[in-house]
Amino acid sequence: MAGGFTWRSMVSRLLGGIKQHKPINRTLSSDVHTVTLIPGDGIGPEISSAVMKIFDAANAPIQWEERNVTAIQGTGGKWMIPLDAKESMDRNKMGLKGPLKTPIAAGHPSMNLLLRKTFDLYANVRPCVSIEGYKTPYTEVNLVTIRENTEGEYSGIEHVIVDGVVQSIKLITEDASRRIAEFAFEYARNNQRSTVTAVHKANIMRMSDGLFLKKCREVAEAYKDIKFNEMYLDTVCLNMVQDPTQFDVLVMPNLYGDILSDLCAGLIGGLGVTPSGNIGAHGVAIFESVHGTAPDIAGKDLANPTALLLSAVMMLNHLKLHEYAKKIQTACFDTIKAGKTMTKDLGGNSKCSEFTNEICQRIKDLE
Amino acid sequence: MAALRRVLAVSQGHLVQWNHTAWRSFTTSACMTRMTKTESAKPEGTFHVTMIPGDGVGPELMHSVKEVFKAANVPVEFDEYHLSEVQNMASAEKLEEVVNSMKLNRVAIKGKIHTPMEFKGELASYEMALRRKLDLFANVVHVSSLPGFNTRHNNLDLVIIREQTEGEYSSLEHESAKGVIECLKIITREKSNRIAKFAFDYATKKGRSKVTAVHKANIMKLGDGLFLQCCKDVAELYPKIKFDTMIIDNCCMQLVQNPYQFDVLVMPNLYGNIVDNLAAGLVGGAGVVPGESYGAEYVVFETGARHPFAQAMGRSIANPTAMLLSASNMLRHLNLEYHSNIISDAVKKVVKLGKVRTCDMGGYSTTSDFIKSVTDYLHPAYKH
Repeated sequence: MAGGFTWRSMVSRLLGGIKQHKPINRTLSSDVHTVTLIPGDGIGPEISSAVMKIFDAANAPIQWEERNVTAIQGTGGKWMIPLDAKESMDRNKMGLKGPLKTPIAAGHPSMNLLLRKTFDLYANVRPCVSIEGYKTPYTEVNLVTIRENTEGEYSGIEHVIVDGVVQSIKLITEDASRRIAEFAFEYARNNQRSTVTAVHKANIMRMSDGLFLKKCREVAEAYKDIKFNEMYLDTVCLNMVQDPTQFDVLVMPNLYGDILSDLCAGLIGGLGVTPSGNIGAHGVAIFESVHGTAPDIAGKDLANPTALLLSAVMMLNHLKLHEYAKKIQTACFDTIKAGKTMTKDLGGNSKCSEFTNEICQRIKDLE
Repeated sequence: MAALRRVLAVSQGHLVQWNHTAWRSFTTSACMTRMTKTESAKPEGTFHVTMIPGDGVGPELMHSVKEVFKAANVPVEFDEYHLSEVQNMASAEKLEEVVNSMKLNRVAIKGKIHTPMEFKGELASYEMALRRKLDLFANVVHVSSLPGFNTRHNNLDLVIIREQTEGEYSSLEHESAKGVIECLKIITREKSNRIAKFAFDYATKKGRSKVTAVHKANIMKLGDGLFLQCCKDVAELYPKIKFDTMIIDNCCMQLVQNPYQFDVLVMPNLYGNIVDNLAAGLVGGAGVVPGESYGAEYVVFETGARHPFAQAMGRSIANPTAMLLSASNMLRHLNLEYHSNIISDAVKKVVKLGKVRTCDMGGYSTTSDFIKSVTDYLHPAYKH
């Protein structure tokens, strides 16, 4: 299955290359990857340029293709993302995204949801690793949450049966459950992780979560090198705040993933330091920071680019550019560990640009 | 269509029950007035309480409660009923017996009835069936740090109120096409209003200042939206209590980062299950947080985080703190103020001194050591 996956993505990449028929300035070496950059709103542009600067300093073989994303209405009133952004993503397969604002009462679905649907981003991956130098009550957290992103409670199917009685439908399918389980085990194997824990509530939702669990068990059979565990959602929550070090890779349906991934982010210091990646079918992947747009500090050079930077590092790892990833990550963590140049939210007093420069300097020192 | 009919049946069934129980409340009051049907005449003023030990360490915890009650001369008699799905000791008749006993006693103390995951045709577990039969709609977990037992977050004091009869726990599931399963989450205005009112009444009674409604209305716009609207409507009637809302994922993150901002939280079923456990974890785990479930007529006292803890069964390592504190709350509910206080004081004293601790609290003592220690401190005036 994994073989099929890469094979498919390679084919589609090749086909994409043939179809374009236009000169691409990717002539230097075939190793340069073009990545669609969606800077986003609010503090998005600042932190995006910080990431670009740091990547330059590290000489990472990444070429950025900037695209703005605002929801537009296509024919028939269907909301979609702008064509040039879609075309860029289709070609590059790889994206990095800052925070996007969802205007309340604008009538369109959130942009994040739209992107997820457009590119069938079925898996959300969030590694939560304690950052030395940024103190929280929890230490040595090192776990990954993998969340099914397309169905479950977020199917969006709801209706009023009679006045005052609402029925929301949670949808669990065999295919999506198998797909996420396979992804989780594949991820564990590729990232030298030893255990996958399926998080569920099959004691209450016996059929739906039961199906999810059954698929996880089936897939686990094919990955004998990875340990498999299953745990109730409530037990995971209880144990998570008591001893988060016992967990490794966690795989779960949509809502549970939403809740647990934020909970785990809280353990290591919040969304400002937690990277996130969305993996889709056909080799598409979008890496993003999941914090808000922070309009109150936008443009003031106060934002913390760590989450987006670590997401970009995840992207480098995904592209198998491990050396660059390691270099940038080390520089970032060392900067925070040193504790001299930190943005306000990390407890320091520095500006975003100073924090960025410090990381760049450390990258140069590493070489 | 079938699903729709079932949903209606559920809500109608509930209405009938509500009327029935409301009528009952006028005719019968406390269990004090109960006629003893057993042969021997019980001493005057003895309270009868239904006891459901449940699975895992439940029976051991109940044993601790009995030991301590005996040592404290508490005028309570337990009517014990064993209901267990994993030991094949559950049946409709057994459940009926428990319900009948509850109808007489109105108060119960209960361990967790473990629900096996394997789907055997019956979607609702006995735990759920009992909750529905008695209409125990509100689960209250008061999470407070125990002095002397340090965790990552100390001096916590928050209350979690959970609707526990509908939502995701409606047991309405079906396979609409092969490999596609639909699970219905039901939210009704009636039950949302009821739990919201309960939360605000609780806050008023206990002198608390803020109620936070926890939801996911940004995604489940109709279902959680209805719950949220009900909370807002009810909040209008209680101008003295501050009202706030929070999305469940953010709430969980805030709980581990800054739990001090919360006072009373009210939420639908599944989120309550998550937050109950999470918050219990913050102050030391399932073994130290008491909880209770309220219906219009009945109260069930149990642990805050309901786990059978089957791996500890028979090893005498379970921590009886939560169950004892819960039992003490039960005595307060029965107006046995004195007994309630001496038991909770003794438990808190043992925890505070820190000499006798079970393994979940970082000690090496057994359950029986702990009980011995608690009984020693029951009458401090005589012994110390």
